Amino acid sequence: MNQQSQTQKIAFCGIMTSFAIVLGYLEHLIPFSVGIYGIKLGLANLAILTLLYLTDIKSALTVHTIRIVTCGILFGNAVAFIYSATGGIFSFVSMILLKKSGRFSPLGVSIGGGITHNIAQLTAAILLVSELRIVVYLPILLITGSLAGLLVGVCSLPVIKQLAPQNDKK
Amino acid sequence: MKRNDLILLLSVLLIACALLITFYTVLSGTGESAVITVDGEEILRLKLNEDTVVQIEGYQGGTNTIVVSDGKVSIQEASCPDLICVHTGEANEMKSIVCAPNRVVVRIEKK
Repeated sequence: MNQQSQTQKIAFCGIMTSFAIVLGYLEHLIPFSVGIYGIKLGLANLAILTLLYLTDIKSALTVHTIRIVTCGILFGNAVAFIYSATGGIFSFVSMILLKKSGRFSPLGVSIGGGITHNIAQLTAAILLVSELRIVVYLPILLITGSLAGLLVGVCSLPVIKQLAPQNDKK
Repeated sequence: MKRNDLILLLSVLLIACALLITFYTVLSGTGESAVITVDGEEILRLKLNEDTVVQIEGYQGGTNTIVVSDGKVSIQEASCPDLICVHTGEANEMKSIVCAPNRVVVRIEKK
């Protein structure tokens, strides 16, 4: 990769990091808790999903990590950070796998990311408060997770189609 | 939207509904006691048919006021900053009240 496109990529990732942090702030504002304190909606995936298609896994992971840590320091508390981190790890891995399989469009990848994010958060919550019973929240979390994923996918689809149409076919 | 995306979305929604129905039918109406735990350990067990008001102490001295009335249990007051536990409303077999800062959980159990 030549110097210029390397610089462009770094600048682009910088912008996307700010974008992801702002999305994290939005998440923080929306009272989504559904009875389990600290659970997040997963909107920040918008930046990560777009990055996965427009750049590479390493860049997306870097932005993702920076975003989780920064938002954890700025807006969160210990509990929300743990949920954010676990949700983030598992949804990132699932999105990579779904994308690599080639069978899903960004919409499907995003939906998968959304539900994995919530399943991971719920599991973390169960372990944290030592209460298996909150698993009854799984149905509502699956529904909101897939819808949030759908929303994120719909928003990023035009960007991906416009800026990296070849990746969409992969 | 590709066909696989739709399949994924619909199957997840379907599973969610199936789980919802299963949880609800299995658990409904079976509760007789409100169990209060702090940090995972049970500290109090209240009968739902006996009206009670009690203030319990949670993690690091945080307090929650638990009210049993009319066969229902809820948290009416709390020392935590966000009061989500108070806003949660009444607990039922499917929904526990969680106060994460105080590490308090109020759930309904069979006995």
